[in-house]
Amino acid sequence: MLNFVVRRLLAMLPVLLAVSLLTFLIASLLPGDLALVILGDQATPENVAALRRDMGLDQPLWWRYLSWLGHVLQGDLGRSYRTGQTVLQAVAERIPVSLQLMLMAEFIGLVIGVPVAIACAARAGGAFDRFMTGSAFAILSMPSFLVAILLIYLFALELHWLPATGYVPFTEEPLNNLRFFVLPALTLALAEWPGIMRVLRSDMIATLQEDYIALAKAKGLKPARILFVHALKPSSLTLVTVTGINIGRLLGGTLIVESIFALPGIGRLLVGAIYTRDLVILQGVVLLVACGFVIVNFIVDMLYAVLDPRIRHGHA
Amino acid sequence: MSTLLTIADVVVELPTPRGNLRAVDHVDLSLEAGRTLGIVGESGCGKTMLSRAVLQLLPKKAKLTGRVMFDGQDLARLAPESLRRLRGRDLAVVFQDPMTSLNPVLTIGTQLMETIQEHLELDASAAMARSIELLTAVGIPAPEQRLAQYPHQCSGGMRQRIAIAIALSCEPKLLIADEPTTALDVTIQAQILDLLAREQRRRHMAMIIITHDLGVVAGRADEVAVMYAGRVVERAPTQALFKRMHMPYTEALLAAIPKLDAAPHTPLPAISGRPPDPTRPLRGCSFAPRCRYAAGRCHEAKPALTSAETPGHLYACFHPIQMAAGVDA
Repeated sequence: MLNFVVRRLLAMLPVLLAVSLLTFLIASLLPGDLALVILGDQATPENVAALRRDMGLDQPLWWRYLSWLGHVLQGDLGRSYRTGQTVLQAVAERIPVSLQLMLMAEFIGLVIGVPVAIACAARAGGAFDRFMTGSAFAILSMPSFLVAILLIYLFALELHWLPATGYVPFTEEPLNNLRFFVLPALTLALAEWPGIMRVLRSDMIATLQEDYIALAKAKGLKPARILFVHALKPSSLTLVTVTGINIGRLLGGTLIVESIFALPGIGRLLVGAIYTRDLVILQGVVLLVACGFVIVNFIVDMLYAVLDPRIRHGHA
Repeated sequence: MSTLLTIADVVVELPTPRGNLRAVDHVDLSLEAGRTLGIVGESGCGKTMLSRAVLQLLPKKAKLTGRVMFDGQDLARLAPESLRRLRGRDLAVVFQDPMTSLNPVLTIGTQLMETIQEHLELDASAAMARSIELLTAVGIPAPEQRLAQYPHQCSGGMRQRIAIAIALSCEPKLLIADEPTTALDVTIQAQILDLLAREQRRRHMAMIIITHDLGVVAGRADEVAVMYAGRVVERAPTQALFKRMHMPYTEALLAAIPKLDAAPHTPLPAISGRPPDPTRPLRGCSFAPRCRYAAGRCHEAKPALTSAETPGHLYACFHPIQMAAGVDA
């Protein structure tokens, strides 16, 4: 097991390195001269040249990459030229919002998706299964901005149960904070559960054909035990993968949902950085989000080993 | 002795895109408590479907008619909850492939103890003690350590022993062993069969051994039923059968077993041809197209099971073999 963890950790290094290179290249290869952007079109060529020298923009690309990487490794991701905020400060300010949104959305998605998938697989081809598979497909094909608007219309404007937009930190008003997050999280969850439901349902149907399920029935076990203990665990590997990918994706913020519900998350930070050409923030945030993604994938790999003892013992 | 299991006029049909497949075709069998019945036949003859019909583990779309009387109850008409209480406790099974019949993500201890705790009123420590006792009985060394292990950490023979321990865990009245040694190494096969026979005597349970190998049932079963194309074509007390088989198919099955004393490069007299398409039943005897004794009437009508001179010996053939089989077969 320790061996497995170390192997997985070592495998992350080249990925992280590649991520840093790509992030840097994308930001550097964007058209336009950063010094010119900062100084505006009234700047004299001398001023521009001086700023370029100060920022190291006159150095070759590889040297700029290495020096940036050197700073990053020391924990210095740079500072926004506009607000003076460091990347870490900006992210630390925004990440609780995106993290909370992601957790709540994923939680609601799993709470809807997993039981529905199990119920569908238990009676595959039955009326409930066909109805839910159809509904999942219909909901999946609705864009999130539409879902968001429908939810706001129903729960905020008509029923007045929940606020439409806004945000307060959890530490200040926990209850109101949760109320602000319900609708955006639900919007995301409605897009998440059909995927969760479909992968788990199809894996579960395949598992239920296995010999060991026939034996579990022949042992006279209760149907619930067969479904939840014998079938769910071996069927949940793809589910864990999909959930990991979802979490990684939502970690980077969800621009549309954050914008509609006026949540100050990572998604809006990134878009702001793009509009204002704040490349330091842009590449720093992208790098951090990518690292988050890699770490989530590492956790997913670890979960495989928890779920399947054959992976833990290096047999598969 | 009392009759434990009566299979009466059982038909199993499976819908397929090419029409209904009759996997089991009007089978009658019975088994007394503590006795062993061998069901022999080649792949696709319906022997596994018959065992699944007894266990009520047929595929969802399969249609079963007839009666499966077990211990005075018709399993085919039993409520799911009553059936569940019966399975694992009075009626147990060992499947063919121990590589797939144990759950890969649950420990051996969990898979043993869950059966015990489902049917017997034992607490966790008593169930664990019983599991260790069972693993010892089936010849697993260091059973305490095995409980915490997973199936992939055990060899095939070991896994089949564990599957047997699970089957024995609640002292069933009937154990169905569906080709219990087919997936195992030859050296392990005899060990597993001897283990089953020993535990059967010790626990006085009835057993059905399903196999394609007449050699497996010889000396182990009290009675043998030979199946072909979903029907029982010969049924007899084991000794009577091996003394004198009437059905040419049984003889052909026996001849297809390699002999130890045969000279090298002796061709094996395999049964030529293939079983008939079960979705297109023949008018005559199902074995006729492959039978070297088949003549006129065999292609026209199905022979019914008729009694031979020996008591309890039944066969379905118009041209039974006259000579004593096993001598030059």
